[in-house]
Amino acid sequence: MTNTEARPNPASSLDLFVTFTWLALQGFGGVLAVSQRVLCEDKRWLTKEQFVEILALAQILPGPNVCNIALTVGDRFHGWRGAFAALAGMLAVPLLVVLALAALYVEFAGNRFVAGALRGMGAVAAGLIVGTGLKLAPALRKNPMGATACALFGAVTFVLVALLRLPMVWVLLGLGAIAVSFAWFRIREGQSGEALAGDDGP
Amino acid sequence: MSPELVAWLTLFGHFLLLSLLSVGGAITVAPEMHRVMVTRLGLLTDPQFNASIAIAQAAPGPNVLFVAVMGYQAAGLKGVAATMLGIMLPSTTLAFAAARWGHARQHWRGVQAFKAGMAPITIALLLVTGWILAVDVPGVAHFAVTALAAMLVWRTRIHMLWMIVAGAAVGMLGWVS
Repeated sequence: MTNTEARPNPASSLDLFVTFTWLALQGFGGVLAVSQRVLCEDKRWLTKEQFVEILALAQILPGPNVCNIALTVGDRFHGWRGAFAALAGMLAVPLLVVLALAALYVEFAGNRFVAGALRGMGAVAAGLIVGTGLKLAPALRKNPMGATACALFGAVTFVLVALLRLPMVWVLLGLGAIAVSFAWFRIREGQSGEALAGDDGP
Repeated sequence: MSPELVAWLTLFGHFLLLSLLSVGGAITVAPEMHRVMVTRLGLLTDPQFNASIAIAQAAPGPNVLFVAVMGYQAAGLKGVAATMLGIMLPSTTLAFAAARWGHARQHWRGVQAFKAGMAPITIALLLVTGWILAVDVPGVAHFAVTALAAMLVWRTRIHMLWMIVAGAAVGMLGWVS
């Protein structure tokens, strides 16, 4: 894969709706992992770097991350209609499914096989998110802050939120402000176009 | 106004506000939803509230749909409209505007500094999310399943649905407890 290779685009708002419906319906215990796989690897609409950029904004803003991602991706390719189509795809059919399940829930809530299956699915879903994080890490290779600083900021985030259990919002805002300031000084005025040439890398 | 309409508007108004506070997803404001729906308005019982979250976790789709289940249990489809429109409209509008603003200014040093600075934190937070989900449930088998799934996603192209199905099967056999 080279930097110059053109990436496919979603054909239409309908394409966005169908794609996001299908990926949402595959997302048990969270849609983020499957979003990354479908958008970056199956459809190849986004590079890893672009996905991380969109996710960064989705995380720091209020609202469900995956819905914010759908909106941004839809808008990027097909304007506000695309944004609406992608978000509708993410929510409409899964909404019907979850309401149908709510009706069945009373019947199966106490079933020990159902409870066991849900535990197993939960364990896998946690792994899917971790695996996605590991897979996206190479996107940091082109980061203007450099590998050491990236590793440091990543490690501090992990310690603060996963181990010390500080509220994520404060870490995002506090550590985020430090990291963004640091990046500001590392990006010299002249070379600011470089960080944009996002692609899969070598 | 009828009491029903007042309750509906109160619910809608609260969720509009909560939407703007839901950094990290709607689940982060679940305690506040509990205060409004269970304690204050008495629209849901405690078990109904907890079941809403459990049902959405078992279903495919974004986790935010637990909000729809709460609305449905409280007031049917009208309830779904109040909770879902409330939780989605403000955050969606903001995300849409912010993404457009940033994209139109992607050559600005500040925008690039944001992307570069936030990238490692963003990726680390994925590891954090998975870690918390994995370790908050006791049991070595549970942790092992998580670790195996992480390896498979990272290193292979095996379809994620197969992994979910395998997880459900292993769990059904009682091996993940």
